[in-house]
Amino acid sequence: MSHFSELMNHNRVTRTRQRKAANTIMITLTGLVTALALVPLFWIIGYVVIRGGKSINLDFFIHLPTPMGVAGGGVLSAIEGTLVVMLLAAIFAIPPGVLAAFYAARYPNTPLGVALRFSTDVLSGIPSIVVGLFGYAVIVVPMKHYSGLAGGAALAVLMLPTIIRTTEEMLKLVPHTLREASLGLGAPEWKTSLSVVFPAAINGILTGFLLALARATGETAPLLMTSLGNERFDIGQIIRSGIQSHLSVFQIIWKIINQPVDSLPLALWKYAQQPYPERVNLAWAVALVLMLFVLIVNITARVWIQNRTQRMKG
Amino acid sequence: MKMEVADSVFQIAMVGETPAKVEVKNLAVYYGRFRALNEIDLTVHEKRITAIIGPSGCGKSTLLRSFNRMNDLTPGCRMEGEIHLDGENILLPSVDVVSVRQRVGMVFQRPNPFPKSIFDNVAYGPRLYGIHHKADLEGIVETSLKASALWNEVKDKLNQSGLSISGGQQQRLCIARALAVEPEVILMDEPASALDPISTLKIEELMQDLKKKYTIVIVTHNMQQAARVSDYTAMMMIDDARAGHLIEFDATNTIFTRPKDKRTEDYVTGRFG
Repeated sequence: MSHFSELMNHNRVTRTRQRKAANTIMITLTGLVTALALVPLFWIIGYVVIRGGKSINLDFFIHLPTPMGVAGGGVLSAIEGTLVVMLLAAIFAIPPGVLAAFYAARYPNTPLGVALRFSTDVLSGIPSIVVGLFGYAVIVVPMKHYSGLAGGAALAVLMLPTIIRTTEEMLKLVPHTLREASLGLGAPEWKTSLSVVFPAAINGILTGFLLALARATGETAPLLMTSLGNERFDIGQIIRSGIQSHLSVFQIIWKIINQPVDSLPLALWKYAQQPYPERVNLAWAVALVLMLFVLIVNITARVWIQNRTQRMKG
Repeated sequence: MKMEVADSVFQIAMVGETPAKVEVKNLAVYYGRFRALNEIDLTVHEKRITAIIGPSGCGKSTLLRSFNRMNDLTPGCRMEGEIHLDGENILLPSVDVVSVRQRVGMVFQRPNPFPKSIFDNVAYGPRLYGIHHKADLEGIVETSLKASALWNEVKDKLNQSGLSISGGQQQRLCIARALAVEPEVILMDEPASALDPISTLKIEELMQDLKKKYTIVIVTHNMQQAARVSDYTAMMMIDDARAGHLIEFDATNTIFTRPKDKRTEDYVTGRFG
């Protein structure tokens, strides 16, 4: 054996030992850091479940808040208010968001397409409190009162960039060959977009909606300046009195959305800063409900989408 | 190879000449300022299979996609010259692209069924043209699937996704989808290049069957395939300006046995390309 290969052999043995040691150290290190990153997550979830779980019972979901010092009561107003505001936000944000995404995916290099991409990037970076202020100036001030409508509009502005970008990405993932197959049969562009491209991308698009909705559900700042909060908000009561005074369906709906409404994050924020232990406990419970709300929306969506995908693939 | 050529000679002897279905006259295609195709003159005979062969990048697909104006979809693409379908120039701006594409169907390189049921895949075209009665659609779907030799394999699972069947079956589903709108010409862009040999054979047999009713133009990289299935062969090449042009067009047996152009001979005998 030559001197060179002897040296090489020697080196190989020590090198291997060094490499193995480095490997062990790095795996331990990255594993530890990963575990560390999970600590706050489980800490938050665990803490909220323990502190909030104590105050949760059926009353909590079906009663309005009681006046301070009166035992019992729930957060029905906040749950209903959140549902109303989220529904409005979805109605305001989804149709224009999807249409804009279609345009951006089809004509990415036109001036309008470039402008759209740039402005969604800018929009997604705007602090939510600024969006709230915008809703205040544009809707609350002219209407002269706070309303669920204004809250829904503010959250819609927050959701818009997420919806546009995820929808656009999903539309771009649809293979070009599918479009060609449809156009090759003589289908016009709009028909191809509507009945081939959109259905092929629908799962990803729905995921985008739900992510945007879940994020917006937890927003507090914009709602402070738009839907204000309203512990007396009770949809059942509005409907009953509306029927009694012979209002039409539209008038009743208008009444629901045209007044200040409560919402879970607002209730949480309000209760948490009050000096009464039972109110603080209520805040923990609200936090738990909010968390569960987002979690349930996410899980049902994922399961539903998975089933759809499997049915598509056969 | 010799066997196959002999078969092809036999085919031509059996069939004889038919009238022109598509006539290409002095066609040039540009992508922006780049000229992709130059001075193409070609006659596609009715109810015959015409193969377009040539090295990669010589514009075979571009030529094929001119026949149903699919090139219109490529931004910056411009066509000059004439393409006559039954004597009518389909490159005129006044021509309705939708009706051209109904008459000239297309099958793509990779099977591309829609993520819909097998039934809806085939019914997609007829529905575009306003056929919505269930019984009508069922009849069309069955006829089309039978014509593409897929009916027996899928008749019990028409509601299953078009993506759930094998690649070869998917390609025949795409053929059925094209047949459902009763085209006159079918363009096939390397229809078997993504398939295994058995599926390829099925597609080739199907083509022989289809040519009784339809005019077929096929782009292929596979010389044996061109020799096996086609009646006429067009040989394309890139010129010095990198534009594709036609160097020879003749009955397939002539192209494969007595080509006039040295480059065709080199190409079909595998000496280059």
